[in-house]
Amino acid sequence: MSIALIIEQLLNGLQLGVMLFLIAAGLTLIFGVMGLINLAHGSLYMIGAFACAAVAAATGSFWLGLAASLAAAAAAGALMEMAIIRRLYERDHLDQVLATFALILILSEGTRWMFGSFPLYLDIPPLLQGAVPLPGGGQYQLYRLAIIGVGIVVAVGLYLLISRTRLGMRIRAGESDREMIAALGVDIRTLYTVVFALGAALAGLAGALVGALQSVQVGMGEPALILAFVVIVIGGIGSIKGALVGAILVGVVDTMGRFLLPKLLALTMPASQANLVGAALASMLIYILMALILALRPRGLFAGQA
Amino acid sequence: MKRILTASLLALSMTAAGAALADPVKIGVITTLSGGGAGLGVDTRDALVLAFRKSGNTDVELVIEDDAQKPELAVQIAEKMIQSDKVDLMTGIIWSNLAMAVVPNTVAQDVIYLSPNAGPSALAGANCNKNYFNVAYQNDNFHEAMGQYANQDYKKTFILAPNYPAGKDSLTGFKRYYKGELAGELYTQVGQTDYAAEIAQIRAAGADSVFFFLPGGMGIAFMKQYAQSGVGLPVLGPGFSFSQDVLPAVGDAALGVKNSASWSKDLDNEANKEFVEAFQAEYGRLPSIYAAQSWDTANLILSALAKADVKDKDAFRAALKAADFKSVRGEFTFNTNQHPIQNIYVREVVKEGDVLTNKIIATAFEKHGDAYVEQCKM
Repeated sequence: MSIALIIEQLLNGLQLGVMLFLIAAGLTLIFGVMGLINLAHGSLYMIGAFACAAVAAATGSFWLGLAASLAAAAAAGALMEMAIIRRLYERDHLDQVLATFALILILSEGTRWMFGSFPLYLDIPPLLQGAVPLPGGGQYQLYRLAIIGVGIVVAVGLYLLISRTRLGMRIRAGESDREMIAALGVDIRTLYTVVFALGAALAGLAGALVGALQSVQVGMGEPALILAFVVIVIGGIGSIKGALVGAILVGVVDTMGRFLLPKLLALTMPASQANLVGAALASMLIYILMALILALRPRGLFAGQA
Repeated sequence: MKRILTASLLALSMTAAGAALADPVKIGVITTLSGGGAGLGVDTRDALVLAFRKSGNTDVELVIEDDAQKPELAVQIAEKMIQSDKVDLMTGIIWSNLAMAVVPNTVAQDVIYLSPNAGPSALAGANCNKNYFNVAYQNDNFHEAMGQYANQDYKKTFILAPNYPAGKDSLTGFKRYYKGELAGELYTQVGQTDYAAEIAQIRAAGADSVFFFLPGGMGIAFMKQYAQSGVGLPVLGPGFSFSQDVLPAVGDAALGVKNSASWSKDLDNEANKEFVEAFQAEYGRLPSIYAAQSWDTANLILSALAKADVKDKDAFRAALKAADFKSVRGEFTFNTNQHPIQNIYVREVVKEGDVLTNKIIATAFEKHGDAYVEQCKM
């Protein structure tokens, strides 16, 4: 096991974490500000991937596809908020779960109706193909480095948006006392639509970026959504900082667990069996991590003050 | 004419429509038409519907339902088909876990089930049944073929599959015939979409080739990420990840990959030519393995219907078992456990014009049965 392999695996963990952050940020923002559990967040991720694949196929440009994914997911998010989600803020979480679960089914079958049952093709743009050398003799894929870069830019951007801008001030205010900011004359309906569209756009961006690595197909959103929920539970609901830390923690722990556990077990049992047991344990690892963190900090690492 | 056909197709899924005909043969089709795995079910349904329509047999009524790839839903649909629709035969299930949920109960109620795809080892061995026919393969078959083929060129293969029964069967099947050394053996998570960690290990393992079984979206993700990683070792796999339904999504990353299947579009026989032409003309796309197996299932049923009355179970089973139909796979007979004895081919992914497809380059097994036949007391 060389240093290069370990560095490569750490980068892989970081990249997975950054990807999860893009999905979880919107989810936690929407929950923090509006108190809404949105199961259909994964569908917005899927919409981003499909929009990117369709536009990239039609125009031959991944970058136009990327822009389309942001626009499509934001538009779908805003539309969803105005048509349906808006009616759910005052209802309890069970109603929200039910209604947004219905949205998953509608959006999935709607996407199938538009694009068919077979996965779509989306590839990495030529500009980002290839690998860069790593210290210690390894190499790392340029596209994954770019994803890490995008994640850092988004994290910094969100931080500045929330701490330095008027919109951010309203988001923070809406998080702590929505009646008061409504009384102060802030148009809370528009604010909610904007926040929802922003969260949707981030999910769409994640979908487009991941779509080039994976398969663009109906149902791709749900596994990602489950991981995103783990991330926000670990990070603390409503906290962007928590989402970032939680996402990177989940990404690194998951990747390193899958990599190291079978090797560790192989020291004490036959290799073939160690592979099976190690793989089973590795798939539980992030849930064990979540349970441990909840036992120590029941509201997550960076729980909001609400 | 086209409209009448369309209308009758619509009617196929509705029980009431059959009343006008004199007691038609009812075939219950449970397959996956929604959710992530729908591509396979759609191909299965489309080929089945087309084969019956082409045959001109107006006595057959298809009752088609979507299982959404959920075992509990499949069980409910099966019960409904048996109890209230009173189907004579059942077919359609794609996934092994759904087949395990539905088939034992179905055949126990003396309804004949013909599997167009799933071939779990339990149903081939100890739990085989006179009412269960597998028209596709036994699950291990394709993997066994790649193990056999790998012996020619490779001595140190790295193998990986998801950590669930079909994944374990796959690696077992591969190892059953592979004589070289394993550079590494890995089980991934079911539904995993990121293989960066696994690919890094393949790079470090000093392997001379990679064999993987990752069905559906998992395989697409693996192939795309593998191609980008620059590892560049030759890739071997069962035909599933390189079937016509997923090749467009994998793209050029699949070019040159060797994969195993019992069927290929370029198999040289009359039935196959007719099938590929008819499917392409009707649906505007090339058929997949699933479509081929489904087409064979339909033609097997038609051949048995021509010989025996479906109500006379013994005669009908015997007619099915004779497998007196023109298979698109060429030679096809049933083993004593009512699973296929057939050739398994090695195919290579090639580009024809700008369409990715498969071309046969070798025959891994001739008249190959399965490893479980001895355990079947029938």
